[in-house]
Amino acid sequence: MADKEKDILRGGQFIVKETNCEDVFTPEDFSEEQTMMKEAVMEFNDREIIPYKARFEAKDYALTEETMRKAGALGFLGVAVPEAYDGLGMGFVSTVLTCDYISSGTGSFSTAFGAHTGIGTLPITLYGTEEQKKKYVPQLATGEWFGAYCLTEPGAGSDANSGKTTATLSEDGKSYRINGQKMWISNAGFCRLMIVFARIENDKNITGFIVEYEGDNPNGITLGEEEHKLGIRASSTRQVFFNDTVVPADNMLAGRGEGFKIAMNALNVGRIKLAAACLDSQRRILTTAVNYANERKQFKTPIADFGAIKTKLAEMAANAYAGESATYRAAKNIEDRIEMRVAAGNTHQEAELKGVEEYAIECSILKVAVSEDVQHCADEGIQIFGGMGFSEETPMEAAWRDARIARIYEGTNEINRMLSVGMLVKKAMKGHVDLLGPAQAVQDELMGIPSFETPDYSELFSEEKEMIKKLKKTFLMVAGGAVQKYGQNLEEHQQLLIAAADILIEIYMAESAILRTEKNAKRFGEDKQSVQIAMAKLYLYHAVDIIEEKGKESIISFAEGDEQRMMLMGLKRFTKYTNYPDIVDLRVEIAEKVKAENKYCF
Amino acid sequence: MKILVCISNVPDTTSKINFTEGDTKFDTNGVQFVINPNDEFGLTRAMWFKEKQGATVHVANVGGTATEPTIRKALAIGADEAIRVNAEPIDGFYVAQQLAEVVKNGGYDLVIAGRESLDYNGGMVPGMIATLLDMNFVNTCTGLEVDGDTVTATREIDGGKEKISTSLPLVIGGQKGLVQESDLRIPNMRGIMMARKKALTVIEPIAVTAATTDVSFDKPAAKGAVKLIDADNIDELINLLHNEAKAI
Ligand SMILES: Cc1cc2nc3c(=O)[nH]c(=O)nc-3n(C[C@H](O)[C@H](O)[C@H](O)COP(=O)(O)OP(=O)(O)OC[C@H]3O[C@@H](n4cnc5c(N)ncnc54)[C@H](O)[C@@H]3O)c2cc1C
Repeated sequence: MADKEKDILRGGQFIVKETNCEDVFTPEDFSEEQTMMKEAVMEFNDREIIPYKARFEAKDYALTEETMRKAGALGFLGVAVPEAYDGLGMGFVSTVLTCDYISSGTGSFSTAFGAHTGIGTLPITLYGTEEQKKKYVPQLATGEWFGAYCLTEPGAGSDANSGKTTATLSEDGKSYRINGQKMWISNAGFCRLMIVFARIENDKNITGFIVEYEGDNPNGITLGEEEHKLGIRASSTRQVFFNDTVVPADNMLAGRGEGFKIAMNALNVGRIKLAAACLDSQRRILTTAVNYANERKQFKTPIADFGAIKTKLAEMAANAYAGESATYRAAKNIEDRIEMRVAAGNTHQEAELKGVEEYAIECSILKVAVSEDVQHCADEGIQIFGGMGFSEETPMEAAWRDARIARIYEGTNEINRMLSVGMLVKKAMKGHVDLLGPAQAVQDELMGIPSFETPDYSELFSEEKEMIKKLKKTFLMVAGGAVQKYGQNLEEHQQLLIAAADILIEIYMAESAILRTEKNAKRFGEDKQSVQIAMAKLYLYHAVDIIEEKGKESIISFAEGDEQRMMLMGLKRFTKYTNYPDIVDLRVEIAEKVKAENKYCF
Repeated sequence: MKILVCISNVPDTTSKINFTEGDTKFDTNGVQFVINPNDEFGLTRAMWFKEKQGATVHVANVGGTATEPTIRKALAIGADEAIRVNAEPIDGFYVAQQLAEVVKNGGYDLVIAGRESLDYNGGMVPGMIATLLDMNFVNTCTGLEVDGDTVTATREIDGGKEKISTSLPLVIGGQKGLVQESDLRIPNMRGIMMARKKALTVIEPIAVTAATTDVSFDKPAAKGAVKLIDADNIDELINLLHNEAKAI
């Protein structure tokens, strides 16, 4: 037990510690059972979603509901739910992979699926009492009932704790009356249960409630019209109005004033699942794009043979690959933490809560990185299709529109960027992650004389791993400097926080791609992983560039004179390759493989 | 009714086919294996018998450990038990002998095999099992009803259909029509979890000598580039069709 604890890095610790490649979980580590699950959800996607694409785009909300029921019948909605409540009680990795492979058909379904299984069900499994769980979770796990999550209000979006919805205790103390207006509520149109956040009296924090909703017996609940949206068109999104809605006092979730905590923790899980839900979209977009590029000829040449198109194919593949690497790495960390806590005597509920909370930083990182990758991927997908990409007749147009929402919900990417760094700094203050020691070491290194030895980089990834170490130093230099300069007021320096977040994100993603590839190269052979090696190197190359740029703007913003000069020199040193990779060659190698296989094949 | 569904582990149709060792061995590298489609139609029909008529469904495969994921998928879909004969399937005769042994020892009333497997397309196994065990046999079977011992089967014949009455014990060589593609089942999550707990018995093969061995494989020549010939140049077209394509 104690040993195991040592092996698993704590959340956020990746930035100061090295990870052995053997300790990361990769998609190549899926068990036979997980592979079978993956194939089952892919088959579902191929049979029940893709053929009906046009109906989803035509806002057929009933189809979304019907498809959700079918998913329920196959057990897909109960993967994460403990067996005691009619779920399957599978591990976190299995939960994440279900979200991943079920999501590429249409964003409409993946949003409905995510809202129901994540934020719609989790607040009860994570915070509910035994009675609440027994009463509600089985229906949600089987898809008999669908859940919605009502946090956002017209005046309370990113500032989620500022909602005006109220909950007033009845005189006999047996029930609450809820009044207020919620907005942008996914699944509102067909849900039977809502998790509603409301404020009791003048409490500082909101409180969560389980609210049943039956169209025939509305109990003061009315729904606004369906919102007409850019994308995820068949996902039901409506306003929800509460007018003296009576909720039994027993339906309060956790305690009074605990709602904000519930909301945030449900979102942590939601974020990594959302990242997963953006993965298969990338695979599918790339596959569709390369199918087209191999067929489409201009100047008597398949466009896939043009360097301009190869660049796109290679970059799309490398980003998707890094996204997979990081998502499954974090998912397994969470799963291990949960198991460790269960072994230590925690209830499953406590263990899951703590396990996910522990990796909130990684969840935010993933949400931002992968949601932006899918957007970029869809954009290039359209570009590869040329004019056809702009047409509703081809799947790129919808993929592009559907991708857009991922940057907005489950906390906007701005909020998640700032959260990732903010949480890390908080963890450092609490002593959970030692940033100060390593940051001091970097400072000392900056003052010292750099080594002029030429290192031996002949072993696979030796230079890349060294680079990752240097990038971590860059983060420590920037974040450490910023904390020193601004202390508690750092929060007010958003541009700086966001730049630091970008550095943090790139490090996590690049490191994950390298670790996955190193692990696989060791067991399957370097020759069999040569394209994966190229993708990891390509990803890192871009990461270094981004980090250099963000580092520079940050340093210039908070340091002056000699200090600034010293830091900028440090930055140069920390972002310098001894042997620069030829990314033109790397891209060709990756693109040739994707072309030959005519799909995303990793 | 006790049903045995014979499951062949075959490459997915989208797999790239290559050979190694001087074109004598199929290269399984990177190939995705699936339940042979004809067998899956049969398995799905067997599930119907299980659910509607209380049949017991076992599946059997002749193959090495690498075929177990495919076998467990059949269990996840709902088969009750599985048997793997631990041997490489050398040829149709060898496989049929092994399966006949399984049928004999298991006392099955109905043996559902695919009309042919998608990989080598031999189309021999079900007929051979029936012959070895002296059971009734319906090939290219597209419909199957069982009432007590009486069986009504539909089979495809050239340009039409034939309806036959026969009786158990019976072997069929099944295909699409037993059920439709839309009836094929996606294993549900609970089924996948249960599959682990169901019996998958591994038995050693009986001593049989295969009747044939593969000497080598040839792939069809890769499709050449399309030649476009000017509409005015009919002579060149005739020349190419005659001398190069040898089509006229
Ligand atoms: C299709 C869809 C489905 C949704 N589903 C649900 C659901 O099921 N349940 C639910 O409760 N909510 C849901 N939402 C709401 C969603 O979570 C919010 O839209 C989101 O949190 C952003 O809030 P907002 O729209 O009020 O934007 P705002 O908070 O007004 O943000 C506007 C812009 O300002 C930025 N910003 C805001 N605050 C800060 C700050 N402090 N510092 C820097 N920048 C800031 C934001 O990043 C953003 O760019 C959904 C939204 C959509 C569009």
